[in-house]
Amino acid sequence: MATFFGEVVVAPSRAGVDDEESAEEACEETPEDREIRRELEKKREIDVLWTVKPGASPGASAREPFACSTFVVAIGHNAAAFLSSFILDSVCWEVVGVVKLWNEWCRTSNTTNVLPTDSFCLFYRLISDPTVLLCQCSCYVAEDQQFQWLEKVFGCMRKEGLQVTILSTCPVADYKTQESTLTLPSPFLKALKTKEFKEQVCCPLLEQPNIVRDLPAAVLSYCQVWQIPAVLYQCYTDVIKLDTVTIEAFRPLLSSKILKSLVKDASESTKILKKLLTTNETHSNIYI
Amino acid sequence: MFVPCDHGGGSASSDFKGFTLLMPAVSVGNVGQLAIDLVISTLDMTKVGYFYTDCLVPMVGNNPYATAEENSTDLSINAEVYSLPSKKLVVLQIRSPFIKNKYRPFCQTLLSWVKSSKCARVILLSSSHAYQRNDEQLLGTPLRYLLTPDLEKAVGDLMQELSWKEMEKVAAYPGINDTEKVLHIPGGGITKLLFTESCSKGIQMAVLLKFCSEGDNIPDAFALVNYLNEWLQLVKSKVSASNNSTDASSQWKIPSSWRLLFGNGLPPALF
Repeated sequence: MATFFGEVVVAPSRAGVDDEESAEEACEETPEDREIRRELEKKREIDVLWTVKPGASPGASAREPFACSTFVVAIGHNAAAFLSSFILDSVCWEVVGVVKLWNEWCRTSNTTNVLPTDSFCLFYRLISDPTVLLCQCSCYVAEDQQFQWLEKVFGCMRKEGLQVTILSTCPVADYKTQESTLTLPSPFLKALKTKEFKEQVCCPLLEQPNIVRDLPAAVLSYCQVWQIPAVLYQCYTDVIKLDTVTIEAFRPLLSSKILKSLVKDASESTKILKKLLTTNETHSNIYI
Repeated sequence: MFVPCDHGGGSASSDFKGFTLLMPAVSVGNVGQLAIDLVISTLDMTKVGYFYTDCLVPMVGNNPYATAEENSTDLSINAEVYSLPSKKLVVLQIRSPFIKNKYRPFCQTLLSWVKSSKCARVILLSSSHAYQRNDEQLLGTPLRYLLTPDLEKAVGDLMQELSWKEMEKVAAYPGINDTEKVLHIPGGGITKLLFTESCSKGIQMAVLLKFCSEGDNIPDAFALVNYLNEWLQLVKSKVSASNNSTDASSQWKIPSSWRLLFGNGLPPALF
């Protein structure tokens, strides 16, 4: 493809990888190549480790799926921080699980003592109602790991009576609109819901031709296919790091049926948000 | 795996015995997928299920074929199945690329679904890099077809009548040995794999493809879907008064999701 200035550039095909080449590579794969590929696949496997099986009755075996009525998943630093600021605390919630994964972008570990800027994926349950589960997933789950995450997390749950809420963020530059994104008052919320979700949504629905990708899309797709009521709240923001304005953009969700009963004391939230601001500043300051 | 939309609604909506399965290959310019969008949108096809797979990159969005406020909030995912029983047509639309190393398992899953659902035949809409054409292919029509031996027996004569051009085989070692010919579909994604697998499994498959390049591929999609229409007669072609040729372009309905394909509006401050 020639550009306006006359130089020839290779245009990446929207079709993705040219599979003719990889097909030939697959035929020429040696046993060593196969071994390397298998090792790499093993390294990219994700582990969901439950410390306590949430919602499980005392006599239930570890393999039995547990009852879950409400599952709130916060994907990304800002969504996770929203839950930390307005919902989670050490009194009403306990950590029940952790996801261990590795990919080129991040690595998580078993530790539950994490900073808001770390990469982690933790599960909490409400002590007073063990069927209420929360997940903070601030690590990036790569596209070949998303399906595994779904199967391993949802595979542990009983789906009857389950309702899922997903919170995530994405750059406002990705938002397709007739106007320019520069004039949009960001951050703003948009929602997508599955067919079975009948409740009121806290913001306008995401219009075509906009789409959602990655783990939020994987979770919502799973819920749509298996007829689980679910709603996804996507916050379009122009800040990529942890930011209180973006976190505050999720506030309308606090009046939703699911989160209304889980909101903690407002003064606590303000304190935590202030703390987040200072933690963030220290970490992102490259000057002494 | 195929998961019907309505789990309790019986097998009526997922009975594809004797149907024609129409599907795209994710290929250069996404022409096959655009053409499928036109078919689903124009024929107002009903969604009957999902193709739940770990082989495609996940994505969701609201109904891409919405015509009104009421039907704009149906959620769509990356691989969905639509059907039109009156024309014995079932369509699979694929909306995202393959995850690395997953295209082979996908082909296997797809072909075993074709067999188990007893579809009569499969038509694959695809495309190939225009810049890889040889001298002969640069002239004449950019549209090509391929038929598996089992389908050749059934419709081979019809292709002759339509004066369609079969996809040429190219030399395996150009310049060195011109006698050994192989099928080469650069930029066609899984087209070649699906075709060769269908040949060996006795599946009736046709491939309809267009040579094209990346860019504004909407005209390519129209060309491909008109090509398909010459065979399947899905919509009536109007005889054009000016040049007395049949052209079904005006009969295809562009879906509402084909907006803003080349980005947002410009910021006024730019000028």
